[in-house]
Amino acid sequence: MTMTAHALLHRVAEKSGREAVPFTLDGAPASALAGDTVLTAVLTQCDQLRRNEFSGLPRAGFCMMGACQDCWIATDEGERLRACSTFIAPGMALVTGKNGA
Amino acid sequence: MTKADAIRPVIVGAGPAGVRAAQTLVAHGLRPVVIDEAPRAGGQIYRRPPAGLAQRTARTLYGFESTRADAVHAAFDALQGRIEHLGDSLVWNAQDHRLDVMHNPTRSNRRVPYSHLIAATGATDRVLPVPGWTLPGVYTLGGAQVALKFQGCAIGQRVVFMGTGPLLYLVAYQYAKAGVKVAAVLDTARLADQLAATPAMLTQPAVFAKGVYYVGWLRAHGVALHSGVRPLRVLGDEQQSRVTGVAWQDGAEERTLACDAVGFGYALRSETQLADLLGCRFDYVPLHRAHLPVRDAAGRSSVEGVYLAGDGAGIMGADAAEWAGERAALALLADNGVAVDTARAAELERRLHKLAGFRRGLERAFPVPQDWAAHAPDELVICRCENVTAGTLRQTVATAGADELNRLKALSRVGMGRCQGRMCGVAAAEILAHATQQPLQQVGRLRGQAPIKPIPIRLVPAEGADA
Repeated sequence: MTMTAHALLHRVAEKSGREAVPFTLDGAPASALAGDTVLTAVLTQCDQLRRNEFSGLPRAGFCMMGACQDCWIATDEGERLRACSTFIAPGMALVTGKNGA
Repeated sequence: MTKADAIRPVIVGAGPAGVRAAQTLVAHGLRPVVIDEAPRAGGQIYRRPPAGLAQRTARTLYGFESTRADAVHAAFDALQGRIEHLGDSLVWNAQDHRLDVMHNPTRSNRRVPYSHLIAATGATDRVLPVPGWTLPGVYTLGGAQVALKFQGCAIGQRVVFMGTGPLLYLVAYQYAKAGVKVAAVLDTARLADQLAATPAMLTQPAVFAKGVYYVGWLRAHGVALHSGVRPLRVLGDEQQSRVTGVAWQDGAEERTLACDAVGFGYALRSETQLADLLGCRFDYVPLHRAHLPVRDAAGRSSVEGVYLAGDGAGIMGADAAEWAGERAALALLADNGVAVDTARAAELERRLHKLAGFRRGLERAFPVPQDWAAHAPDELVICRCENVTAGTLRQTVATAGADELNRLKALSRVGMGRCQGRMCGVAAAEILAHATQQPLQQVGRLRGQAPIKPIPIRLVPAEGADA
């Protein structure tokens, strides 16, 4: 099964004419489109951003407008980004905790 | 120097209210600072996609609202050079006529002094949780709309929309138009509610007609519409990693439907934290089922020099926000001895007043389910930040005697997580009111605290900033 089979978000518009933005997701090379938020970049490839600290269960954001604070994602340096309001940038190294990290 | 020259007006929020407020101040010779969390003005309703996502027309993005969206965007663009626009910037504190403002991309902080402030802070979805709402793939209705409008993405390939409110049918329509399979629309309001509300709704025939159009369009395109439902749960897979369906109560019958995403919400709630930090007086407003900062017909708050406009002080919608933004700016000007068009001010007040009847109709057509708390199971997660359940809240009421929301927060941590009660506050108040058998207004409201949204511990002072 390919990665995109697990994707949560699906592109339905603005699919072409945008530059590719390389980044890494849980250590593996990945590619987003310029203008993607971190949330879009990650969830068009997989189905979670992080795990909830209390339940340990996966989370993938909720409000998409900077209010719920549920879409924080870690970088490989331990910095936290609010995924819905941060744009993807080349070379970002994002960690979802999907692999039990 | 005239008195007007000594004014340092700041507008917080660049949605329809903030944009019209800024335009009005500029038209009278002032140069306001406009601070907004989004990089580009427009607010949530007229949110503009990033510059590189320009393939869709305004008509595609905003539907019937495209003319208004274009007008608000154009009005803001025309202010370039005549305002100071701090985009991508969060106001996280307000004290002694100074705002602390963090520029999000650089994590840099600056202090912005103001003499007068217009708070146009907008709204987010009003959420009444349902078991399974923390599953990946469950988003607010507003969130589902942002994904589509701002990012050209759908939250799933087979989506159920549920809850109630005008946004319910609008978002379902927008998704279906974008080619996404809408598995069903589940409305907690009954058809009878909508019929009873029709006379009041007809006071704004164009808005009413749009609502009728969305419903008709969805029906004509084979989308299943169910009203009078009670959502029971969002179903997930074994790992609780994705949505597999929804279950709801339809009369005596429990029904389920497969889907891979859910958008839900119960209309909107105001973002009032800034008004709270500014010391504005709040009152309970039954129509909104919320404590809201008090404002007069012109938008003056209880604090001198602080004005309130738009959905941030009570949900009235985007058109009202434009009028209220302009009206508040005129009040600010008049309060500083600047001559303003009083007939225009009166006309704006008249429009806002007239809309109040329609607003009551909306609440009648899409009532918040009054029995939500009674049906919320103990294991239901109310606070999604820290996984505080309805059962924990009830137990805290029973054992510790918490009968006020901030006390409940102190004892149970509900509302103390990163969202500071934005997602759980409404539900926690409903649970508390039900558990203590008090009316909702008696349980109080969560106090706002700085920082009103999370900020990094280390903030870098911005270039040239005075702090």
